Amino acid sequence: MTAVQDASALPTQQAETGSRPRLLVALTIITPLAVLVGLYMALFNARTDIDQGDVQRIFYIHMPAFIGAFVALGGTVIGGIQYLRTRQVKWDTLALAGVEVGIALALVNLVTGMVWARPIWNTWWTWDPRLTSEAIMVLTYAAYIMLRQGIENPEQRRRFAAVYGILAFITVIITLVITRIRPDTIHPVVIGPSVQTDMAQGAFEVAATSGVRTALMVNMPVWAVLVPITLMWYRIRLENFNQHIQALKMKALS
Amino acid sequence: MKTPFLKAVLSIVRKDVQIELRSRELVSSMGLFALLSILIFSFALELDRSARQEAISGVLWVTVVFASILGLNRSLAMERDQGNLDAMLLAPIDRVAIFFGKLAGNLVFALVVGLLLLPIMTILYNQNLLQPWLLVVLLLGTFGFATVGTLLAMMTVQTRARESLLPIVMMPVALPVLLAAVRASTNILTETPIADWIAWPQILVVVDIIYLVACYLLFEYVIEE
Repeated sequence: MTAVQDASALPTQQAETGSRPRLLVALTIITPLAVLVGLYMALFNARTDIDQGDVQRIFYIHMPAFIGAFVALGGTVIGGIQYLRTRQVKWDTLALAGVEVGIALALVNLVTGMVWARPIWNTWWTWDPRLTSEAIMVLTYAAYIMLRQGIENPEQRRRFAAVYGILAFITVIITLVITRIRPDTIHPVVIGPSVQTDMAQGAFEVAATSGVRTALMVNMPVWAVLVPITLMWYRIRLENFNQHIQALKMKALS
Repeated sequence: MKTPFLKAVLSIVRKDVQIELRSRELVSSMGLFALLSILIFSFALELDRSARQEAISGVLWVTVVFASILGLNRSLAMERDQGNLDAMLLAPIDRVAIFFGKLAGNLVFALVVGLLLLPIMTILYNQNLLQPWLLVVLLLGTFGFATVGTLLAMMTVQTRARESLLPIVMMPVALPVLLAAVRASTNILTETPIADWIAWPQILVVVDIIYLVACYLLFEYVIEE
């Protein structure tokens, strides 16, 4: 995150003005295009699944979006640890950006999952362990934002947010592994080992249909890397501008 | 000259227990709350014989969690309001000793309430809860809640929203403990063979250790001023 500036130096230092770093400009162009390519691969290039029909195509967004949320929330953990070690504001900004982008991508994951579940499971929502744990994960990060808003002192706010951001990651790990440790889930495990699949409803073979693997290989890096990084970068810039404005306000008032 | 670690922890626990023995503020409010909650649950869920067997461990744990939250809020707000936190921070002791001292105190109070609940629920719900394995699970579960709870309550008492924030912040993080504890207790109460559920107490031990290490490492960042 080279664009991040130390906000403590802001009043004297010239903050970033409108011009974006070249890499960010490149990402701004590449990411939407990559999303479109990914959609093409998912909607047209991959062959239709023999059991589920077109509904299965939602998987190409569904799972990559969760990995994207995982990456963003992992950024929160890194930001939190680094903030506690170095006390530089930029790490806290990274953590905040990670939480907001993580929530957004987790919601993409939840909503696509619900749309898929309606025809396959015949219900929008069920209190399955995986679904419940992900809902709780989103609520945990909502609590993170509430915690931030509840603290006036900026230094204390950053410190507590770092602590909670690290602790909250436990819920992400649980969501990730729960289908593998709880045998009573109906959520299918498509990739990797699983304890039991006879309960799972709606699994499919990646190798069975042509184009599935390609669509997955294209969409995975798009949603897991490009989308979270681009969004987080913009969120960090927004926060930097915000802090710059605050600093200017304080200067004008004093 | 630093006070030895164990001595500092023990004196913090002794202080908390002594305050409690004189005022009986925490355990009485937690106990009364727990009792009311059991009664409310039995009306609200309209529990019959078979539903009771399934739901009783859920009722037990939800009650324990909320009673713990009540106690944690009071226990740490008390430190802050009466300036004892500052005194402890000034004292020549290891700061982590404050965490372990408060953790031990909170654990004791939550356990007392939990242990009171077991015979009361045994009578009111006509189900034998006084089983050795259930006591083990109760100890492990309350230990997990007390660990995250002590860290998070130390944070929330320093915020503006105070009491209202702790349940929101703590419930999702404490969920793994709750999940494993409820699973284990349900299986114990339905008299399932031990091989089918022994994994849950084991998961509970692992989760407790993870939380203890995480909270131990993070605690000093929560109290620096």
